[in-house]
Amino acid sequence: MGLSDPTPEGRFGDFGGRYVPETLVPACQELEAAFREAWADQGYRERLDGLLADYAGRPSPMTECENLSGELGCRLLLKREDLNHTGSHKINNVLGQALLAQRMGKTRLVAETGAGQHGVATATAAALLGMECCVYMGEVDIVRQELNVFRMRLLGAEVRTAMSGSRTLKDAINEAMRDWVATVGESHYCLGSVMGPHPYPWMVRRFHEVLGREAREQSEAILGGVPDVVTACVGGGSNAIGIFSGFMDADTELVGVEPAGGAAVGRGIPGVVHGSQSFLMQDEFGQVLEAESISAGLDYPGVGPEHSHLAAIGRARYENVTDAEVVEAFRLLSRTEGIIPALEPAHALAWVFRDRVALAGRSVVLNLSGRGDKDVAQMMDVLGGGEGS
Amino acid sequence: MAGAVEGALRDRRDAGGKALVVYVTGGLGDDWTDTVRAVADAGADVIEIGIPFSDPVMDGPTIQAANDRALASGATPTSILTQVSGLDAGVPLAVMTYYNIPFRAGLERFAAALADAGVSGCILPDLPLEETGPWVAAADEAGIETILLAAPTASDERLSRVCARSRGFVYGVGLLGVTGVRAELAASASIIATRLKQLTDLPVLIGVGVGTPGQAVEASAAGDGVVVGSAVVQGMLEDAGPTGVGDLVAQFRVALDAA
Repeated sequence: MGLSDPTPEGRFGDFGGRYVPETLVPACQELEAAFREAWADQGYRERLDGLLADYAGRPSPMTECENLSGELGCRLLLKREDLNHTGSHKINNVLGQALLAQRMGKTRLVAETGAGQHGVATATAAALLGMECCVYMGEVDIVRQELNVFRMRLLGAEVRTAMSGSRTLKDAINEAMRDWVATVGESHYCLGSVMGPHPYPWMVRRFHEVLGREAREQSEAILGGVPDVVTACVGGGSNAIGIFSGFMDADTELVGVEPAGGAAVGRGIPGVVHGSQSFLMQDEFGQVLEAESISAGLDYPGVGPEHSHLAAIGRARYENVTDAEVVEAFRLLSRTEGIIPALEPAHALAWVFRDRVALAGRSVVLNLSGRGDKDVAQMMDVLGGGEGS
Repeated sequence: MAGAVEGALRDRRDAGGKALVVYVTGGLGDDWTDTVRAVADAGADVIEIGIPFSDPVMDGPTIQAANDRALASGATPTSILTQVSGLDAGVPLAVMTYYNIPFRAGLERFAAALADAGVSGCILPDLPLEETGPWVAAADEAGIETILLAAPTASDERLSRVCARSRGFVYGVGLLGVTGVRAELAASASIIATRLKQLTDLPVLIGVGVGTPGQAVEASAAGDGVVVGSAVVQGMLEDAGPTGVGDLVAQFRVALDAA
C-alpha cells in the first residue's frame, strides 16, 4: 500500500489546495482531468513505461555500500537514481508530464529549475517529443550551474534568467507561473517537484512512485525484508516522496533531510505560496524568506504539501544538515564508494553520517537522487583543486 | 446592503459615467499617502492600496519593482494599514495583496484590521473561487467587500459563479498575462467585459493591461469602467510625486468623461 490520494480539492490533511490566479484554474482542472484519464489508459501507461525502460534506463539499480557501511556501522544501500538518463530522478516526472502535455495538444513546455536537473530533464523530453521548451532559472543559479545551462541550450531549450527577488529557484517558479498565465493555451507548465497547485503534488508523486516500488522490491531482495530506515533529501520533496511511497505500509522509519538554510518543515510555519498551503519559511508578516543552501536544487523556502502532511501526522520526520556537513558527505561517498553524488542527496548522507551512532546495526536505504557531475566545478572552488592529490 | 466600493461605482454608473479605480503601491516612497489623496482628487472613484508581497505571481515587472522597493524600505502590512487609517482620502479604499499576508496574520484578525483602518474592500489575486471560503467568511463578518477576479479562460458557468460571490465589483482580467502596460489593448478585454455584463448587475471593471487613457476608454466601452495600476505605479517609481501622479490620473478621468 502506498500513499493515499488527496481530497477532490487537492488536500493532504490541512495542506495542498489550488491557490492560483483565476486565469489558471481552468488549466489546472483540465490538467487534472487529462491526467486521470491518461493514468487509467493502458496505451499511455505502456508508452510511459517503455520510455522509462528503454530511454531513461529504468529500473535503476540498488547498490550496497560495502566500504562505507563498515565505516558508518550501519548497512547502507543506495537507490541509484543518479544512473538514470539525464543524471537524476527528475526524468521520471518529466517523461510523464511531457507525454501528457502532448496528449493534451500542448506544443510548448515551460519549466523552472534550481540546480538545472529538472531543466535538463525537461529540455531532454522536449527534444525527444519535438516540443518547444522554455526554462526559467535564477540568475544566481545560472552562475553556479553554468554547465547545465549549456546542456539545456544544447538540447534546444531557451533558458531565461529570473532576475527578481533572491534570483534562485523560488523566483524561477514565479517567472514560470507568469509565463504560464500568459501562454496557457499552448503551454504546459512542467513543474519539477511535488509542489504547486493541485494536481501537481499528487501527479508528480505518482510519476515518481516507480522508484519507490523498485526500491521496495530491491531492498527486500537484498535484505530479506524491509529496511529499518529510508532517507532522502527534501527541497520540494519529489525524490523523497517517490521513495517513501514504496514503504508506507512497512514498519520503516522515513526521514527527509532538508538544508539548514531551507528547512521548511523543520523551521517553517504554515503558509500559502506557489499554489499550495504547506510549511513555509516566512517572516512575521507573511513575506517569504530567502533560503540559503550550497545546493541550488534545495535552495527553496517551501516544501511539497504532502511532506507537511506526513510531518503533521508523524509518519515521516525531517532533519536538517549544514552546508559543511554536506561537503563532508560529498567527499566521503566519492572516496569510499567511487560514487560522486549530487549535492542534494549528499544531504541525506550527511544526516546518516551525523546520526551513525543511533543508526548502528540498522539497515538504511538512501535515495541517491542525482549524480555529482553538475556540482564538480562548484566543489572544486569550495575544496580547492588539490583535493585527492 | 451594498458596501462603499459597490456604492461608489454604482453612483458613477447611474450618473452615466465610467468608473476609474486606481492602484497605488502602499509604502512606496515617503509621500505615498499624499499620492493616494492626489489620485482621489484627480477623480478616482475607488483606490486600491497594494500591500507588497515577496512573491507576486500576478504582477509584471513594474509592480514587482514597486513591491521590492517598498519592502526594502521597511513597509509592512501593519505600517501600511496604520498610515491608511489616517488617510481620509474621501473615496472608498480597497486593499490588494496576496493570500499569504492575511493567512499569516489570521484571516479574522486581518479582516478586522482592514475594517479598523477604514478599508472597504479586498482583492487577493491568488485566491480563486474554490479557495475563498475561509477568507470570505471572515471578510463578510467584518463588512469587507471581497472583489473577485474573472478571467477570460473561464466558462460562462464559472464566470456566473464568480460574479455571484464577488462583492464591490467584478474585476474582469483584460488579457492572458500579468499586470503591466502593453502597446495595445488586448481584444480579450472587450470580450470579457461583454460576457460579464450579461451575467451580473454588479459593476464590471476591466483591469490588467489597461495602461493609457485611450485604452481605458476602449476597455470601458463594453463594461462599467477600468482599473489602472502599472501606469500609475510607473509614475511613482519615476518620482513623479503626488502632483505628477495626480495629473496622470486626471488624464484618465478626462478621457473617460469625454467618452
